[in-house]
Amino acid sequence: MAHNVLVTGVSRHIGRRVASALAADPDVDRVIGVDTVPPSSLSRDDGTPPLGRTEFVRVDLRSPDVVRVISAADVDTVVHLSLVSGPAKSRSAVKEHNVIGTMQLLAACQRSETVRRVVVRSTTAVYGSSPNAPAVFSEDTEPAEASHHGYEKDAVEVEASVRGFSRRRPDVVTTTLRFAALMGPGVDSPLTRYFSQPVLPSVFGFDPRLQFVHEDDAVEVLGRVARQDHPGVFNVAGDGVLLLSQCARRAGRPVVPVPSPALRILGFSSEQLSLLTHGRVVDAGRLAAELGRRPKFGTAAAFEDFLAVRR
Amino acid sequence: MSEPTGPETSRDAGEAMTELFAFLRRRISGDYEIDEFGFDPEFHDKVLLELLRPLYRHWFRVETLGLENVPVDSGALVVANHSGTLPLDALMLQVASHDEAGRAVRLLGAHLVYQLPVLGHLARKGGHTLACPEDADRLLRKGELVGVFPEGFKGIGKPFSERYRLQRFGRGGFVTSAIRAGVPIVPCSIVGAEEIYPKIGEVPVLARMLGLPYLPITPFFPWLGLFGLVPLPSKWLIEFGEPIRTDEFDPEQADDPAVIFELTDHIRETMQQRLNDVRLRRGPAFQPF
Repeated sequence: MAHNVLVTGVSRHIGRRVASALAADPDVDRVIGVDTVPPSSLSRDDGTPPLGRTEFVRVDLRSPDVVRVISAADVDTVVHLSLVSGPAKSRSAVKEHNVIGTMQLLAACQRSETVRRVVVRSTTAVYGSSPNAPAVFSEDTEPAEASHHGYEKDAVEVEASVRGFSRRRPDVVTTTLRFAALMGPGVDSPLTRYFSQPVLPSVFGFDPRLQFVHEDDAVEVLGRVARQDHPGVFNVAGDGVLLLSQCARRAGRPVVPVPSPALRILGFSSEQLSLLTHGRVVDAGRLAAELGRRPKFGTAAAFEDFLAVRR
Repeated sequence: MSEPTGPETSRDAGEAMTELFAFLRRRISGDYEIDEFGFDPEFHDKVLLELLRPLYRHWFRVETLGLENVPVDSGALVVANHSGTLPLDALMLQVASHDEAGRAVRLLGAHLVYQLPVLGHLARKGGHTLACPEDADRLLRKGELVGVFPEGFKGIGKPFSERYRLQRFGRGGFVTSAIRAGVPIVPCSIVGAEEIYPKIGEVPVLARMLGLPYLPITPFFPWLGLFGLVPLPSKWLIEFGEPIRTDEFDPEQADDPAVIFELTDHIRETMQQRLNDVRLRRGPAFQPF
């Protein structure tokens, strides 16, 4: 059977790695990578894997162009990785990219007759961070309070459109993966930038529980669900938990506790602030049972691997 | 008994120092483990309990009864009365479970605890978590000893005149969790906490402004300022009662209000009875040291 995979967000680290892993698989006929910006090079050898035979198409997901890409290439699997957390552009542009982009993509999948599997990258941020929430979130946990914050809200809306899509197209296998914070040598996220600072500001009186997933495990999981049917919603996180203070000590960086309004002035967004206050831990057991495999890196090992290259 | 000889004591001291340094090194390098709830066993044993033990042993002179009713290594739900204005009864239950019963009790606390700086963090380090069905179920499934105070603020914040009278239990959510996990319920009577801060009045307006459930007036607080926060040295008894089995119920009955209310009432009556008995057994609240 022909196996044509469309990967969105291919110019960013995880998207690139997933595309190159799929391109290396002989069972996959074509890998089409799309993004709003071209990848810096299609075959760099600066440590990041080459995209291999991935065909890059520059598409703005907010436009309906993606329909043409899907029908032209007879795409059967869509791996949607382009959820952006960083405030790279203005907040409204990010929101449009995340929410409208997903809606357009799913609308295209809905109309397509070839697509039979959709994988969406989401985040554990959909559970929020709250003192009124359970200590450990499972996939069925309802968020304690509705999220009003940027990235969290985007992810919640993205997941709502995915649910709507899978109701309208029950014949398509949809997988939603809620990733804990990505960690690893190549990851560039607000959290990895935070841990790269010489001094770590923290919220006075709070020591949040954090959980990481190593980029290798993320790529492995995405590759698996892109090639086999694993319908449902799954948390993805490394085993174990680290406190912010433990992370700081392992990184050898001093923590400066400040009252939370001061952190807001320092430029932390509300969702980062609530994460740094109340933390977030999820139960990743459902995915481990589904795939028959636990992540190779636990939370502590993923953080150690991240530190190894920064030192 | 011979006096310890010089070299031995210095070797003991040397070992103690080595151990202390190893402990400090682990703490400073962040090289210790916590569980998913944030429980930090090392910090719990070596710091929190060390701070609480003098209060437990010398101030309240806590005596425990019925330790054989605490399962050695399987899940159980300890249900205790709540009193004393500040939750020192929870802390003393924590010491009693660890030191006398050899189990870390995982208490389910109010939202307020986790909203406050320092307190919420220390509570998690001590192994406690939020009182919600998800956390209770999860801990019980893992075979932990879980502790709840079903009276909540109604119990701990009641006036001195109501002492040793159990208040209304909430919706009986703890019973649901116990049935779902099939673990026994261990009724626990804590006698002594009622007298530590006799609440004779409160300031509801100020409490509302501060977002607190109550702001107490005791014979010593706020009149003596911080000294008013020194708990009165009442004599304490903590009894673990005979376990009430829940595994005879069908897990489906965990959602049946009739079953839940009946069992909740039964537990409440048993606890009130035990509370009266243990209070009689203790005698006067203030006894010579």
